[in-house]
Amino acid sequence: MSLSRRDIDNIAQLARLALSESEVPAYIDSLSRIIALVGELDHADTRAVAPMSHPLAGLVQRQRPDVVSEGDRHELFQRNAPQAMAGLYLVPRVLE
Amino acid sequence: MYSQTVAQLSRGLQQREFSATELARSLLARIEGAQGALNAFISVDTETALAAAAAADRQLAAGGAPPLTGVPIAHKDIFCTAGSRTTCGSKMLANFVSPYDATVVARLRAAGVVVLGKTNMDEFAMGSSNETSYFGPVRNPWDPTRVPGGSSGGSAAAVAARLVPAATATDTGGSIRQPAALCGVTGIKPTYGRVSRYGIVAFASSLDQAGVIARTAEDAALLLGAMAGFDERDSTSVERAVPDYHAPLERPLAGLKVGVLKECFDKGLDPDVAACVRAALEVLRGEGAEVRDMSLPNLPLSVPTYYVVAPAECSSNLARYDGVRFGHRCEQPRDLKDLYVRSRSEGFGAEVKRRIMTGTYVLSAGYYDAYYLKAQRVRQLIVDDFARAFGEVDVLVGPTTPTVAFELGAKTSDPVTMYLNDIYTIGANLAGLPAMSIPCGFADALPVGLQLIGAHFTEERLLNIAHRYQLATDWHQRAPEGYR
Repeated sequence: MSLSRRDIDNIAQLARLALSESEVPAYIDSLSRIIALVGELDHADTRAVAPMSHPLAGLVQRQRPDVVSEGDRHELFQRNAPQAMAGLYLVPRVLE
Repeated sequence: MYSQTVAQLSRGLQQREFSATELARSLLARIEGAQGALNAFISVDTETALAAAAAADRQLAAGGAPPLTGVPIAHKDIFCTAGSRTTCGSKMLANFVSPYDATVVARLRAAGVVVLGKTNMDEFAMGSSNETSYFGPVRNPWDPTRVPGGSSGGSAAAVAARLVPAATATDTGGSIRQPAALCGVTGIKPTYGRVSRYGIVAFASSLDQAGVIARTAEDAALLLGAMAGFDERDSTSVERAVPDYHAPLERPLAGLKVGVLKECFDKGLDPDVAACVRAALEVLRGEGAEVRDMSLPNLPLSVPTYYVVAPAECSSNLARYDGVRFGHRCEQPRDLKDLYVRSRSEGFGAEVKRRIMTGTYVLSAGYYDAYYLKAQRVRQLIVDDFARAFGEVDVLVGPTTPTVAFELGAKTSDPVTMYLNDIYTIGANLAGLPAMSIPCGFADALPVGLQLIGAHFTEERLLNIAHRYQLATDWHQRAPEGYR
């Protein structure tokens, strides 16, 4: 199966990625190869099989009480922010 | 000192034959000396390392220090280390300073280790050759024109070149075992949930698991014992006591039932690699093991299953890199969407973008059932195959990789060729099983790895088998020329 230019543009848009004109042919080619590879799954008969939910049989995601378990460390975390001010993350204006 | 194992160094430190500071200084000099040739490290923090070594020396002098006190190691640069850089091999995180420690990092520190630096890796752990790192490829100490494997290529190369006796690593589709095999060292990926994933940069959360690369199974046992255990901060961490991995290492293998993975002896397997693995089976027989062939008919579907599940989880996990809260941000964004798109496009490398896009595609409307649900069904078939096999044998063995280390650039043009390099290792990740790779010979003067896969939570048994094998052979003691 080969993906089209339109497929690639659509995928890139969904993934919030921009590809340059020169990159597009390489992504069409490599993603088509990958989709062909995963197409081998069609040969497996899975009519009687439920999708796996956890590799360790019988285990499920543990839950915890919905209570605060961590202290407020926003100042520490915001040291990694590209732009922050007064405890807020700054982004370009959304509403004019 | 650099040629000693963790076990030997631990004894030397406890008996005060040398100090943790002397040891750290000597290895830091070795790391610096090898950096130009191997590029195994992304960060080395001499000051912090020497301060930790001095603290270890004080603890050793005071008495009662835990066995790993003063033992130098390196962390793969995917583990958050509070106050220092954690790049994950990406431009996206090139300036990210971890606000906290990964649980693995905190536990090993509490056990007394001295961290010398952070090792190079494929970007976001996506790769099998360490060529996708933003910080440049790592070279294989056995032959610098060849790859060390990936994604934990820096950890494997550093241990093989005797720069550190052991290093942490992670394994999503073979990223501990494949580089361990290609660099001639010992690697263990534990059962899914055995070691906490807290503070490890996420790639594919249902597959990611942390482990160890060392030179011997004994050293892997010592470090894994300190890393493993329940952590309430990881929702998939398993509440189960950690056994003593060291005590049963020497147990005889008489009566051990070994299944040879028939599907791994396929047309892609290099005959010289196959010969090394067959010779290793004879060693296990000599130790009293019963060896027979086992077939896992769905195992050949591991690679296509993985390349749906892993990219799907990757596209979801990596959605968090948006240039707002942390990570790379583009200059002069026009608007919010431009900020997202350009920050991501500039911050991620080509392979990471490819995986995000593959994941986006298989999860997109109209394709979810055909790809993602289908893959999770096939994944169940693979899990069932393993469960059946472990009803009959104690351990499954085979080659870790189809070939020895390949040349840099040899597989970069076609991602599918690169992906097939993990054909024997991916099954254990899909089924959440513990698995190891240990050195079992050489083909064309390059190391060959033997893979051992066990039932869930049988790390103890795998380490025991590996240790017995290493008592009977000396492949794990061979060092590359120039690093002996």
